[in-house]
Amino acid sequence: MSEKYEKYYVPAESPWPFMGAVALFLIAVGAGNFVIETTRDKEGYGGYILAVGLITLVVMLFGWFRNQIHESMSGMYSSQLGRSYRQGMAWFIFSEVMFFAAFFGALFYARVIAVPWLGGASNNDMTGEVLWPTFNAIWPLIETPGGIKTEAMGWYGLPLINTIILMVSSVTCHMAHVALEENKRKNLKIWLSLTVILGCIFLALQVEEYIHAYTEMGLTLDAGIYGNTFFMLTGFHGFHVTLGTVILFIMLLRVFKGHFTPDNHFAFQAGSWYWHFVDVVWVMLFFFVYIL
Amino acid sequence: MTATTNDTHHDGPHDEEHHEHHIPTGIKRWLYTTNHKDIGTLYLWFAFIMFLTGGAMAMVIRAELFQPGLQIVEPNFFNQMTTVHGLIMVFGAVMPAFTGLANWLIPMMIGAPDMALPRMNNWSFWILPFAFAILLSSLFMEGGGPAFGWTFYAPLSTTYSNDGTALFVFAVHIMGASSIMGAINVIVTIWNMRAPGMTWMKMPLFVWTWLITAFLLIAVMPVLAGAVTMVLTDKFFGTSFFDAAGGGDPVMFQHIFWFFGHPEVYIMILPAFGIISQIIPTFARKRLFGYASMVYATASIALLSFIVWAHHMFTTGMPVAAELFFMFATMLISVPTGVKVFNWVATMWRGSMTFEVPMLFALAFIVLFTIGGLSGLMLAITPVDFQYHDTYFVVAHFHYVLVTGAIFSIMAAVYYWLPKWTGKMFDIGLAKWHFWCSLISVNVLFFPMHFVGLAGMPRRIPDYALQFADFNKWISIGGFAFGLSQLIFLALLIKACKKKGEPVSDQVWEGAEGLEWEIPSPAPYHTFETPPEVK
Repeated sequence: MSEKYEKYYVPAESPWPFMGAVALFLIAVGAGNFVIETTRDKEGYGGYILAVGLITLVVMLFGWFRNQIHESMSGMYSSQLGRSYRQGMAWFIFSEVMFFAAFFGALFYARVIAVPWLGGASNNDMTGEVLWPTFNAIWPLIETPGGIKTEAMGWYGLPLINTIILMVSSVTCHMAHVALEENKRKNLKIWLSLTVILGCIFLALQVEEYIHAYTEMGLTLDAGIYGNTFFMLTGFHGFHVTLGTVILFIMLLRVFKGHFTPDNHFAFQAGSWYWHFVDVVWVMLFFFVYIL
Repeated sequence: MTATTNDTHHDGPHDEEHHEHHIPTGIKRWLYTTNHKDIGTLYLWFAFIMFLTGGAMAMVIRAELFQPGLQIVEPNFFNQMTTVHGLIMVFGAVMPAFTGLANWLIPMMIGAPDMALPRMNNWSFWILPFAFAILLSSLFMEGGGPAFGWTFYAPLSTTYSNDGTALFVFAVHIMGASSIMGAINVIVTIWNMRAPGMTWMKMPLFVWTWLITAFLLIAVMPVLAGAVTMVLTDKFFGTSFFDAAGGGDPVMFQHIFWFFGHPEVYIMILPAFGIISQIIPTFARKRLFGYASMVYATASIALLSFIVWAHHMFTTGMPVAAELFFMFATMLISVPTGVKVFNWVATMWRGSMTFEVPMLFALAFIVLFTIGGLSGLMLAITPVDFQYHDTYFVVAHFHYVLVTGAIFSIMAAVYYWLPKWTGKMFDIGLAKWHFWCSLISVNVLFFPMHFVGLAGMPRRIPDYALQFADFNKWISIGGFAFGLSQLIFLALLIKACKKKGEPVSDQVWEGAEGLEWEIPSPAPYHTFETPPEVK
C-alpha cells in the first residue's frame, strides 16, 4: 500500500483476453484429439486445430503485449501498477513451483515408498512373494516388476556440463539486469545475448542427451517409473527453458529497439525472474534426478 | 469501520479525464469487458447456469435411484452422470460463484478502482465456458463422457477409461489456468490495491478469507494439473506412474489427487465463512465477535489443509503410523472451525436480531454446515471410517458441507448484495418461498443418506438392496423438490435483473457496515477511482 496513492490505470475494453480464451479452447480440443489420433492411429483434424490454436495464442500475445508496451512507454502506468505486475509474476512463478512439486512428489513417492513396497518393505512381504518374487527393489529402477530393462543416466559428463552452463547463464542474466539498471546499454546487450546463447546450448545438449538415452541406453519415457520421472521432470524443465529463452530473446530484440529504462523495465525483470526460476529447478533436478 | 468517500459518483460523459467512462453496450461489452462488476456478473450467471445443469444431472441420478433395480439409464451413463455432476458443481458452480462474488465485492470493500489486472480477469472468466463446453460435449461423443468419478482415480481413469479422457485432461488444464489467473488477480488486488488506511486487520472478513483461498488455489491447482498430466501419459504414452508393473503405484494417484483435493474443499468453504461473517453482524446489529481470532482460524484451517489429505484414503492400506497421523491432524481442524462457529453464535448473543432473507440463509448455514462438520469428524476417525468409507454416509457429509454450506452461503451472499448491485429490493415473497422450500427439501434429500450409508449402501452404484428402498424414495422426492425450488430462485433473479422492485437506500440493510454500503445503490459502473480515506 502506497503512502501517496497515484491514479491506477484501468484499461478500456480489450479484445485480446477473449481471443486468448478462444485460443486455449482450440488448443485443448486440438491437443486432446491430436493425442487420441496419434496414439490410436486414427484419422482426424486434431493436429490442425492445435496448430490454429497455437497461432491464435501467439497473435493474441503479440497484440496484448503490444498494447501494454505502448501504454507503458507513454507513461500511463503508475508505480503501483508496476507492483501489481511484479506481484502477479511472483505468484505465477509460485504456481510453476507447485507444478514441478507434483512431479518431484511422484519421484520421491516412487523412490521412498512405491518401489521398496513392491520389493516387500513395510507390511508388504506377500506382494513381493506372490506377484514378483524375483523383483529387485533398487533405485534407479533399472528393471521394472513387469520386466522392462533400462539403464540409469549418470550425472558426470553432459548433465554436469549442462548444470555449469545454466548456473553461468543465471549469472550473465543478472549481469544484464545490473547493466540495465546502470544504463550501460552495450554491456546489457552483451550479457543478455550471452544468456540467450547459453540457453540455446543447454537445449541443444539436452536434445543430444535424449537421443543418447533413446538410441543407446534404452532409457525411454515408457521404461518404467525411472524413465517416467526422468523424462517428465527433465522434459517439462526443458519446455520451461525453451519458453524462458524465447522470452529473453524477445527482451533482447526490445533492448535493440531501445526499450527499457533503468527504472521502467518490468518485462525484462519478469523474464529474468523466470530464468532464475528455471535455473533453480535444474539444480534440484541435477541433485535429485541425476546424482542421488 | 468508518470511511469517507470523496468524489465517487461522477458518472456520465462529463468527466473529461476518462474517455472510457461511458458504459459500453451490446455483446462486445460482455466479451471484451475489463470491468470487475461486469466480470462478476458474468461469473455469477455462468455459475448459476452450471448449477442448474449439474442439478439436472443430479435429477437423473435420483430418478434412477427412486426404486431398486435398473429403470431409466444404463450403468455406464449413470457413472457419467455422477462424474460430470461432481465436476460441474465443484469447478463450474461453486468456484466460479465465489470468484464472481470476489470480483464484485473485493474492489468495493477495500476501496479499489477495479481488480489489479483487469484484462487477465476477463481472460480467466472466458476460459470457463469453453472448458465446460468441452467437458459437456464429451457426453455426446463416441464412448461417452468421463465415467470414473470426479476424483478420476487411476486405474479407472487410465486402464479402464475411454479415449475421451484426453479431452477431459485438457479441459481440466485450461480451467486450472483460469483458476490460477483468477487467484493471482485476487491476491494482488488485496495486497496492492487497498485504500489508504485499509490496514490488514481492518479488512472485511470476506476479503481475508478470499486472500487465503487465493493462496490455496495457486498452491494446489498446479498439482491437479500435474495429476491429470500423469493420467494422460499413463493412458496414452506408456508411462506407469500409477501402474505397479512399471514400478509405480495406483495409490500414488490418490496421494497426488488429494494433496490437491483437500485444500480444494477448503477453497470451496473459506469464502463461505467470510460471507457468513459479513452477514451475521449486520442482522444481529453487533460487531463480529472475535475478528482477530476469525482471521487466525482461517489461516490455521488453510495451513492444516495441506497435511490431512490421506484421510480420504484410510482404506488403501497405509501404515498404521500414517493412519494415526492423518486422523489426529484432521481432528485438529475442528478446533479453528469450532472457533468460527462459536464466534458466529457469540456475535448473535444479545444482538438485536432480525430475520431478513440473507440472515435466514446464514442461520441455516451455521446449523446445517455444523452437522456436516460433525459427520466429517466421525469420518476422520480411522477405525470407523473403515465402515463409512464409500457409503452414502460420505455422500451425506459432503453434501451437507457443500450444498447447505457453500451453496447456501452463496445464496445468502446473493440476497445480501443483490440490492446493492441492482439498486432495487428483490421480491421478498419469492425469496422466502425459495428459502423455506430449499431448507425443508434439502434435509429430506440429504439427512436420510446418513442412515442408508451407515446401513451400508455404497455410493456411485445405480442399483441397491431392497432394504434401502423406502429411504431412497424419500431422498429422491427431497431431491426433486430441492431441484424445483431452485426455479423459484431463477425467477427471482430474472425479475431482479430486469430492475423490478422498490428502490433501496445506499446502506440497504439497517445494520450494514463497510465501504460497499457507502457508495450509491445501484453501484456505479466505476467506483473508487479516487481512493477513499479509511479511518
